[in-house]
Amino acid sequence: MTIQFNKETFRDDYSFKNSDWAIQRFPFPFHEDSYMYSVNMEQHRGGPAGSVYEKRFDVDEHYISEMEDRAMVLADDPLRCQSLPHMTLAGWDLLELIMVSKSEDYPDLFELHREGDIWRWINKPMGIDDTFTFLDETTLPYGPMEYITRQTQGDFCVLDQRDDNLWMDAGMVTTQADWSLDFDIGMNFFEWHAPVPLAHEKGIFKRALKFLLNIQQGAPARRLNWTMTVNPLLDTSPENYHKWGIQKTTLTPENIGAKQHLRVELQSFFRLPRSNALVFPIRCYLIAFQDIVKSPKWGRRLHRVIRDLPEELATYKGFIDNRPMMLDFLSKYDDGLPTSPGVFPDNETEPALQK
Amino acid sequence: MSKFQFPESIKSRPVYGTLKARPGKYHLMIADAEGAEAILHLHEQDAGLMAKAHIIYIPKGSNLGERLRAIRPAQYYEGPTYEAAASRIERVLEATHMGTQIYLTGTEGLMGQAMRACMNAGIPHTAIQTEHRGSVARRMQCVHCKGITEDVETDPFECSHCGLNLFVRDHYSRRLAAFQGVCIDAEDPGNVPEKVELYK
Ligand code: HEM
Repeated sequence: MTIQFNKETFRDDYSFKNSDWAIQRFPFPFHEDSYMYSVNMEQHRGGPAGSVYEKRFDVDEHYISEMEDRAMVLADDPLRCQSLPHMTLAGWDLLELIMVSKSEDYPDLFELHREGDIWRWINKPMGIDDTFTFLDETTLPYGPMEYITRQTQGDFCVLDQRDDNLWMDAGMVTTQADWSLDFDIGMNFFEWHAPVPLAHEKGIFKRALKFLLNIQQGAPARRLNWTMTVNPLLDTSPENYHKWGIQKTTLTPENIGAKQHLRVELQSFFRLPRSNALVFPIRCYLIAFQDIVKSPKWGRRLHRVIRDLPEELATYKGFIDNRPMMLDFLSKYDDGLPTSPGVFPDNETEPALQK
Repeated sequence: MSKFQFPESIKSRPVYGTLKARPGKYHLMIADAEGAEAILHLHEQDAGLMAKAHIIYIPKGSNLGERLRAIRPAQYYEGPTYEAAASRIERVLEATHMGTQIYLTGTEGLMGQAMRACMNAGIPHTAIQTEHRGSVARRMQCVHCKGITEDVETDPFECSHCGLNLFVRDHYSRRLAAFQGVCIDAEDPGNVPEKVELYK
């Protein structure tokens, strides 16, 4: 299908909206009625047609507007994109991975023509048609990682692998759930995860790291993570927290359905061929509470998950103060009926709300 | 002097040990303030160390420099601040060779910055020991303006660059040699809790 790209904002007047198509394919992160951290990883080998899992790098209706938002964030703060000197080769690996994947998965939107080292890249939605020499930085307007991630939705961490650990040595991070690339760059897997509650004690990070170190080229993996955001604000950075934090206090029982968003990250993991680095794309999807509850199953389940979520997680994710108001809203969409297993909405088979 | 026991913390927060005299061809000791006492203790363990020792000391108002001089290290330097000593430290680290032992002691800010200089110089971490002595003040980076405030003793504190009221996190960057400070009243502007001394 051809995608109609929205003209919308993720700041100021917040004109961001999901179409019915985007709501249907939203990556709802709860496969059962409760949630706890786990090593929730699976192969990234496609998924149901039209779902966000189908393509290697999902492109949706928010593409153009997200890229405009990223450009604004970078203009305000260039430190959101950094690459330590030894990571340039990994940047080229990433550029190749994205260009090849997108041109194969979306031939109507992206084209890649290669003659030896001379590459021509056509990005139709963004109106880009560039010819450059692969592995020659002087032929691109930015470093290779920055160039391609200014044209690809989601944040990117590029991890160097050495000493049986992963090191966050490069990244493009403008749609983060309240963590700072500038602070975390150079850290290893355990250090950058240090602030996460409970998961270290459960041994989750040890097992997760072992899995990641063994990811092979051509066999990517993925997982989902989630949090909550008031207003469809992509740039919930610690850098700007003193500006956006106040928005968390603007929820009312009247506006919560429109303002409160579930924020889901589709995270994937790809081994890069020349550098042996690992790239970690973190793709952020936002959905308003009022759109989630259009699917009866999702409404029932979200209420139960948020109600029963351990306090440590609600605090870490930053919505402990707003949880009571969220539950008042969500409880109206929970009639106590059982829910079908799995993440998909099953709108054809799940019973309508009985209240 | 009794040593401060830091409470258990998260995995990015550095932990420190106790300096032990180790065999080595050359001994580089970098200290500030009460860190001098840990070096004097090394001297008690093995007085022979000092003939091969280079001490770089930042007194920060303490008067222990005289006693360090008195143990007669092969090389002795005293500087007013870490910043002032930084280029000398880098130069010395550049010239270190296999078999050098490095001892860092004093405040977290001193050890963190010297540790960073060692990493930049490619010194293997197995050759470096640390011991905390003296003030528990921290070197903090403001996540908002990126300015560093040295010797922070209270939580919250005021960023010495942008003036925001910041709370003191345990999240620590070895690259910046600093802890992270984050605005404390973002969700309730003006509601800044009373300053409390760290660990009190
Ligand atoms: C190598 C790729 C990865 C990178 C770059 C990465 C990065 C991060 C970062 C920066 C945070 C925020 C920490 C903070 O509060 O400052 C985080 C949170 C977290 N990460 Fe990872 N991570 C990776 C892989 C994984 C994997 C494989 C797991 C599997 C279990 C995982 C589990 C978590 C969890 C549970 C949280 C807390 C999220 C929340 O509750 O909202 N991460 N990660």
